[in-house]
Amino acid sequence: MIVAAVPFALWLAAKAVVTLGLMLGVVLVVIWAELKWSAHIQSRVGPWYVGGRYGWLHPIAEALKFLQKEDLVPEAADDKVFRLAPYVMLAGTIATFAIIPIGPTVVARDLDIGIFYLLAISSLSTLGVLMAGWSSANKYSLIGGVRAGAQLIAYELPLILALVAVAIQAGTLSLNGIVAAQTETLFTIGGFDVALPFALSGQFIGFVVFIIASLAELNRTPFDLPLAESELTMGYVTEYSGLRFSMFFLGEYAGVVAMAAVISTVYLGGYWMPGISDDALDWLGPFILVGKIFFIVFLYIWFRWTWPRIREDQLQRMAWKWLIPLTLFNIMATATLKVVL
Amino acid sequence: MFFAVTVGDWLGEVENWVFAVLAIAMVYAAIRVVTTKNVVHAALFLVIALGGSAAIFLLLGAEFVAWTVVMVYIGAVIVLFLFGIMITRAPLGYETKLSHPRRVRIGAALASGALFLLIGGAMLDAFGDDPVPAAIDPTRTSDIGQSIFERFVIPFEVVSFVLLAALIGGIVIARQDPTVEEEEVLQ
Repeated sequence: MIVAAVPFALWLAAKAVVTLGLMLGVVLVVIWAELKWSAHIQSRVGPWYVGGRYGWLHPIAEALKFLQKEDLVPEAADDKVFRLAPYVMLAGTIATFAIIPIGPTVVARDLDIGIFYLLAISSLSTLGVLMAGWSSANKYSLIGGVRAGAQLIAYELPLILALVAVAIQAGTLSLNGIVAAQTETLFTIGGFDVALPFALSGQFIGFVVFIIASLAELNRTPFDLPLAESELTMGYVTEYSGLRFSMFFLGEYAGVVAMAAVISTVYLGGYWMPGISDDALDWLGPFILVGKIFFIVFLYIWFRWTWPRIREDQLQRMAWKWLIPLTLFNIMATATLKVVL
Repeated sequence: MFFAVTVGDWLGEVENWVFAVLAIAMVYAAIRVVTTKNVVHAALFLVIALGGSAAIFLLLGAEFVAWTVVMVYIGAVIVLFLFGIMITRAPLGYETKLSHPRRVRIGAALASGALFLLIGGAMLDAFGDDPVPAAIDPTRTSDIGQSIFERFVIPFEVVSFVLLAALIGGIVIARQDPTVEEEEVLQ
């Protein structure tokens, strides 16, 4: 019986390695994209010239800079929790990639309860952030951690409620099922079957709310209060340096890619594109998905470098007074239309 | 009657090895939750214990229940615990006030031991030799939904009503109406 489990374990390890490798590759490109686009938007010179042309060496220079720094643990810090926090944060983010379908037949695991798993596993990152904020023994870190906690509690709700409406419209919780639901023909114009992704067919409110709430969930500008360099140094990552800091850095960008992948899959039709035959989708699908991911990532970066940070009370008011009622209305409308149509 | 399976059979199953590792980790974490003298550490050990119970549900093929445990307990309850500890007082290091006198500790140990024997005995008596269904039914989640909203719809509604009442009650207790002067200031 134990021997019978070996192929399963090998298969599992292979899937984990491939998922991790893909994720890290895309994350590195996203970091480079952030450097480049921020340079274009704010006239920063570094990313234009490092390495001679196109600033191609800049992300590598950044990585080397982090690697050579000393791995410090403050004397008053809670050693074990402090060391463990980056891993917990990163684990919660990376686990998301397990259920993203990158092609009609390519998915690490098509879970029956995909969306539910997604929401459950992403709460691990919150835990990592709170651990980092508390264990650093630094008032800036603590305030950053508390802010992150309050923000994540407030914005988890619109996120979940927006996905509830998607689940109602698609009639399934599985991400593969949701993509399949978006490929169904809605109407026909002159013999041409038109199928629309959910962002264009009934879930527009949910799509906008999800993008706003995901910005808050990722602690990105205009919701970067937990990090707020100008008032809290760097929030809950203040005391981290060297490799552990770069794990938080990596976790942040992995979170960006994960969220963008979820939005692309749930609202923009995932690997699917109209006019491409099912055979071609098998190998074109991943590229289409990456294209959609980069569209969302571009929006995130654009928001970050052009908008100022909002205030804590504005942030809370927006979640509780605007986004949550809007998503509740969206659920009601979706459910009504689902029954009527 | 209780232990019809031999040791050799038990060791031959991979699931049992996984279960053993999980069980040891959970028992260790559960003991540390009550013995550690730091509130935040206690909450974090609780995460390990709850994560272990979610993993055992996964082992039994109950995916939905497993992720519900993760979402509700780790994602909501523990995060609220930590959040609450952090905004009231977040002591680093160890607190001496958390220790109880010896007789309370012995009493608590006896009570929890008795509870363990009671539940363990009842479980073994009821399900001792029943095998866990080997094949995992992929439609189990929709089965759960179906049974909640068809067969058990009335208990479900009653439970939601009780929860709603508790929620409103909590707001009423925590809410402090502004006094007349404060009302004037606000206006």
